[in-house]
Amino acid sequence: MLDHVLYLAQQSINALQQGSIYALIALGYTMVYGVLTMINFAHGDLFMLGAFACMLLVSVLTPVLVVFPPLLSFIVILLLVMIIIGVLGASIERVAYRPLRNAPRVSAIITALGCGLLIQSLTLVIFPYSKSMPKLFTNTTFELFEMPHPDAAGASVTLTITALQIVIICVSLILMVALDFLIRKTRYGMAMRAISFDSRTVPLMGIPVDRIISTTFLIGAGLGGAAGMLYGLAYPVIAPSMGILVGWKAFIAAVVGGIGSIRGAVLGGFLLGAVEVLAVVMFDSSYRDLISYSLLLLILIFKPYGLLGQAPNQKV
Amino acid sequence: MKSILILLGSLSLAVLTGCGKSSEPSVKIGLNTELTGEMPAVGASSQNAAKLFVEQINAAGGIKVGEVTLPINLVIGDNGAKADQAAAVAQRLITKDEVVAMIGPDASVCAIPASDIAEAAKCVMISPWSTNHDTTLDPSTGKPKEYVFRACFTDTFQAQVLAKFALNNIKAKTAAVFYDSSSEAPNQQAALFKKTFENDGGQIVSFETYTTGDKDFSAQLTKIKSTNPEMIFLPAYYNDVPLIAQQARSLGITAQFVGSDAWSSPEIIKLGGAAIEGSYFCNHYSTQIATPIAQKFMADYKAKYGQEPDDVAALTYDAFGLLVEAISDGGSLDRQAIRGALAKIPKYDGITGTMQFQPGSGNPIKSAVILQIKGGEFVWVANAQP
Repeated sequence: MLDHVLYLAQQSINALQQGSIYALIALGYTMVYGVLTMINFAHGDLFMLGAFACMLLVSVLTPVLVVFPPLLSFIVILLLVMIIIGVLGASIERVAYRPLRNAPRVSAIITALGCGLLIQSLTLVIFPYSKSMPKLFTNTTFELFEMPHPDAAGASVTLTITALQIVIICVSLILMVALDFLIRKTRYGMAMRAISFDSRTVPLMGIPVDRIISTTFLIGAGLGGAAGMLYGLAYPVIAPSMGILVGWKAFIAAVVGGIGSIRGAVLGGFLLGAVEVLAVVMFDSSYRDLISYSLLLLILIFKPYGLLGQAPNQKV
Repeated sequence: MKSILILLGSLSLAVLTGCGKSSEPSVKIGLNTELTGEMPAVGASSQNAAKLFVEQINAAGGIKVGEVTLPINLVIGDNGAKADQAAAVAQRLITKDEVVAMIGPDASVCAIPASDIAEAAKCVMISPWSTNHDTTLDPSTGKPKEYVFRACFTDTFQAQVLAKFALNNIKAKTAAVFYDSSSEAPNQQAALFKKTFENDGGQIVSFETYTTGDKDFSAQLTKIKSTNPEMIFLPAYYNDVPLIAQQARSLGITAQFVGSDAWSSPEIIKLGGAAIEGSYFCNHYSTQIATPIAQKFMADYKAKYGQEPDDVAALTYDAFGLLVEAISDGGSLDRQAIRGALAKIPKYDGITGTMQFQPGSGNPIKSAVILQIKGGEFVWVANAQP
């Protein structure tokens, strides 16, 4: 009995880790959609660049970093990665999306897909092989619980959590809470919510729309970069194609949570992580994607705008 | 207007014929390989070995075809490690570039679709590294494909070798299998290993899958851990193995890892580190028990590229060797004549051992080796005869 509880607890930790990364990426999709009603398909590739930026920063900064405690150097690198990827995301908006702001949405989406492919191909030219992600701190495994295996003598059932899992879950939660505060309590957040509510009237109120949109891309891409770095540390073989699948999954998480809704993206991300793990726990793992995505489709049938999404205001 | 059209017409004709005639008479051989995509290290090894081979043959004058000696003209196509792209590259090499034969693709996921194109076009294809049955066997009729050959052993043989090794040498009675269900080679290797391991008295306690591109395996590994296997069979490519192994170890799984020939890239050691230390896998050759021919190849390869050749490199070199022997034996560049001569090669002394095609089949009879990852190197453990 207890071994089953431990098993489920272990799977919950796995689900939390996966979910927090999905949620961090989903935030980028949902924020951009909120202000521009467009899907930034280059987001998965900015996520990938987050991992590569971390790798490069570590290789350049190692001589400086060794004097600091690992946690401090981790925070410094995380912030640098977020700034670099954030600025990159904002530049992409300035160069590629802003000229198309009044063009049909499809053109903007195609441009986004093109930007994503461009980033991926450029990275592939520079790094044709998969790269090994450097370690920022020793990934200690903590054994929370141990008991003898009920069926096999000599073996044991354990509940473990790694330092990395703790860091990933904590950093994601901190970033999400900070973002929620930013959106709900600051003037920037108010402006962003106003644009997403009615993008035509907002400029008439004297709100600098371009600056707010740039900031939104900066923050969204920065979170994507942070997710990329955490993902790279957790799964330390990084490749230019790593953003495709994860990007798609996070996008699905954002849609299921209700695209445009910040809390929805977080909910969607954790839900997707939980559903994926649960599908493996309960069924044959070959059916994982089939079961988890059928379930998500089912949610969309009953809640077409996602769990926390709102129907667009109908204007006459 | 008319004169302009004529001018344009003759110009384009001149350009076209100019292209055709610009090259010296040569033997065009195509290489269809995985330069980009999921396994660029495989493509790089294949391309390196092909270039080395062609350079050596051309430096010696070329291939003797009947009365004349012609240099090789290597045409390389990148299949991106994708099934559709591999078929398109095969089509282009065979019909547009008009190669006399095609070497590659290496991975089964690419080699199977490409083999159908080669078979339909009646053009010899030799896959250096694809161990899946369906590469040389038509699954709809159950008959061997006439024009498709391989330079390596098959998955059935590999599964037998590994299952025996697991039972007799590792002394494992229970095993888990964890593989990528969306990729050809792992799929078949997993099923065949399960079958032979169970037939020989072992017990498969867990049979789990993932899909290409997954990086998080913790859910399946936690499930595997709860069944407490003595060993885990991981027929995965070098990109996935390090992640699986690291996640398994941090979940507290201590079981022995056993892998397939897809592990053989030195990249696996670079990426996997301590987590894969001590693991065993089945391979096509070992640099430690090399014959004089193999030693020369290894020295040449190392001098040119600064690294040891992996099995893909060795098998690509052998595939070219087999093809060139067939061309000079048959004395013709006719695709059908090459096919006939290739099937009849009595015994070929290659880098990866001696080989001979089974009658009426594109599968060679050859041996395998078991290697262990020890101190950052592939260490030879045992030989396995067919």
